[in-house]
Amino acid sequence: MKKSGVLVCSILFFAMNVFAEESENLFRSSGKIYVVVSVLVTIFLGIVIYLMVLDKRIGKLEKKEEEQENN
Amino acid sequence: MKNPWWKIFTIALLLYVIIGGFLIETPKLPILHETIRNLYFHVPMWFGMIIIFTVGLVYSIKYLSNPTQENDSVAVEAVNVGILFGFLGLITGMQWAQFTWGEWWSGDPKQNASAISLLIYLAYLVLRNSMDEDQKRARISAVYNIFAYAAMIPLLFVLPRLTDSLHPGSGGNPGFNVYDLDGGMRLVFYPAVIGWTLLGIWIMELRIRLRNLNFKYLYRN
Repeated sequence: MKKSGVLVCSILFFAMNVFAEESENLFRSSGKIYVVVSVLVTIFLGIVIYLMVLDKRIGKLEKKEEEQENN
Repeated sequence: MKNPWWKIFTIALLLYVIIGGFLIETPKLPILHETIRNLYFHVPMWFGMIIIFTVGLVYSIKYLSNPTQENDSVAVEAVNVGILFGFLGLITGMQWAQFTWGEWWSGDPKQNASAISLLIYLAYLVLRNSMDEDQKRARISAVYNIFAYAAMIPLLFVLPRLTDSLHPGSGGNPGFNVYDLDGGMRLVFYPAVIGWTLLGIWIMELRIRLRNLNFKYLYRN
């Protein structure tokens, strides 16, 4: 159990290293356009998370409203 | 999240549009150069606006035959989100124009017409807020909304085509192929239109739910 855990960890660590190196190259490639892409993706995901939180909050209010109506 | 599947679909589409929109090869055209990629972001604002205004029109007509507060809510919030998209389209269009046409505002027929139609829709909000009684407000603004839509269609789709315009598809040359869309661009452009429109509908849905809640709350107390 412990051994396999160490194995998985070391594989993960190795994979992360490879990925980091690759993305390092990717993000420094010629025009560095990937940097812009990652910035935009971040902004977009920020907005999406914002909408999701709003959605959840409104959903909670709707539930409360229903309970009030039923009482 | 309520109805999560189409929202997840929206997020996936737009992620694809943002990544693909920057990385997929585009035709090399003079003057435009890389700004051709604005097609994935500027143009869908207008498509989204028109689709969302159409939703508003449908619900305004619905309201007149079946006057419920819910129908009115959809109509108002469609106008609200449509105006947001319209202004984003206008501003992004000006940014694009400055660097390809040489001026922020060149009095292009389509620029003028879209500014006028946004003003017409802004007047809808002014009209609404000038009335206190709920039913009267909803009925009059529903009628006005139908007029606003009827004014917008010729302003955006007919009048600019009768004169020369810097926009593609104008100057007596309507149609879609003038966008110089090659296969690769269509692959991003169509998802972009669907994705941005759905994002607008998501925002609209949230606003409608909030408005309905607010209404219920006010009427219980």
